[in-house]
Amino acid sequence: MNIKKTQLHQLHQKYNAKFVEFAGYEMPIQYKEGIVEEHKFTRNHCGIFDVSHMGQLYIYGDDQLLEDLEKIFPIDLKNLKVNHSKYSFLMNADAGIHDDLIVTKIEGGVIIILNAACKDTDFEILQKTLGGKYKMLLDDEKSLIAIQGPQSSKILEELIPGVNDLSFMSGNWFEFLGSKTFITRSGYTGEDGFEISLDNSKIEQLTNNLIEKGAKLIGLGARDTLRLEAGLCLYGHELDINKTPIEANLKWAISKKRIEDKNFLGSEKILTQINEGVQNIRVGIKPEGRIIAREKTKIFNEEDSLVGEVTSGTFGPSVNGPVAMGYINKEFSKKDTKIFLEVRGKKYPANICGLPFYKKSYVKGVN
Amino acid sequence: MSDVKYSKEHEWIKLEGDVATIGITQHATEMLGDIVFVELPEVGSSVEKDGNAGVVESTKAASDVYTPVSGEVVENNQAIVDDPGKVNSDPENDAWFFKLKIKDKAELDSLMNKDEYDKFAKESSN
Repeated sequence: MNIKKTQLHQLHQKYNAKFVEFAGYEMPIQYKEGIVEEHKFTRNHCGIFDVSHMGQLYIYGDDQLLEDLEKIFPIDLKNLKVNHSKYSFLMNADAGIHDDLIVTKIEGGVIIILNAACKDTDFEILQKTLGGKYKMLLDDEKSLIAIQGPQSSKILEELIPGVNDLSFMSGNWFEFLGSKTFITRSGYTGEDGFEISLDNSKIEQLTNNLIEKGAKLIGLGARDTLRLEAGLCLYGHELDINKTPIEANLKWAISKKRIEDKNFLGSEKILTQINEGVQNIRVGIKPEGRIIAREKTKIFNEEDSLVGEVTSGTFGPSVNGPVAMGYINKEFSKKDTKIFLEVRGKKYPANICGLPFYKKSYVKGVN
Repeated sequence: MSDVKYSKEHEWIKLEGDVATIGITQHATEMLGDIVFVELPEVGSSVEKDGNAGVVESTKAASDVYTPVSGEVVENNQAIVDDPGKVNSDPENDAWFFKLKIKDKAELDSLMNKDEYDKFAKESSN
């Protein structure tokens, strides 16, 4: 299979990107300054992330589409305002997670942002589940960039007036160089910011303009440390087909009303887990020293029994220390419970902690 | 500095009397990226040529550190354990890793000089 490149590939090269293969795409893991500097720049100024590898799925339809989508996603789509977004999941009948995603209700349908590695499978599942009733488009003629950090709104407002009026988790249509662009106030770093969907032919121009205004390109490496500090899940690590949203501690993303409706894919399992509890649950983990517990690190309790496993772990540049998330037996999931992480054959003390590791600074409309 | 030698695992070694100071090269730090964790061999422990002698971790991954010669660890550099970023800023001076009382000076013969290493590093990164 040919490795795919995004529209901004040459620009990444110009800024000395180191590339890695990610979900079939050659993507920048970092640029010249490195992950720590890129991470801090995003927290303090404004980072630009090329996320064009992610899926931008348009499904067109009326009230019946919303009705049908509610049988798939555990969100209150019918009562969601137009141009507002919700974080959700595509699940199987056992509430195992195929993908986590953002659904935005638009005039005449929905836009769903999907993980790159899952987008083609998601498309097939959705097409089949919806019975081919609706026009669906996985749009590869549009690129997607995220800009994140405290300066994002000031910088973007200068180029595309009006974006500053968006509240968190909402979007709207704007115009850039004569092209329609859908912009949402969202992101995945724990910072204020925007995701901008724009024609492939215009995206390099916009990115260059953002750079001229003081923003910098940031690689996938810093995207990972930023999202981990923000306590956010990454598909393939915290989430997969063998885990449910309740086990992932994401019950907040499931509408209460929809739980009562009990009519979405996986609802029976979700309800059972809410009522009876789960065996393992996702938690934040803070090692006591500087030791970094990476994915698959085994977790032991004070009696030296195996009680869990790390799903993501790295050094958090803003926290200035190691951070991790993982799944642990419910019994040991309480905040401040002492655990041990086995790294290179030795066991290191750590504590269960609350999430996020780094306090977010979202503005406007944050609930 | 002609008395500094280099290994294929990207360590440098500088000999003074029978004590060698060992660290990782500038080229190694550039390949690793931001170093955020360092583990060093304990003082008093013995290490064998080409064997494990510590760990460095970047934000991305963990890598073993090897010793280019055998010997007994007589000192390790706690300053880089407390502030691993020092390894990126001054890898071939202040951010040395450990000092060895070396067993066999002949082990140094197989190592590279600066010119040879620079050439090796350039080729291995292509």
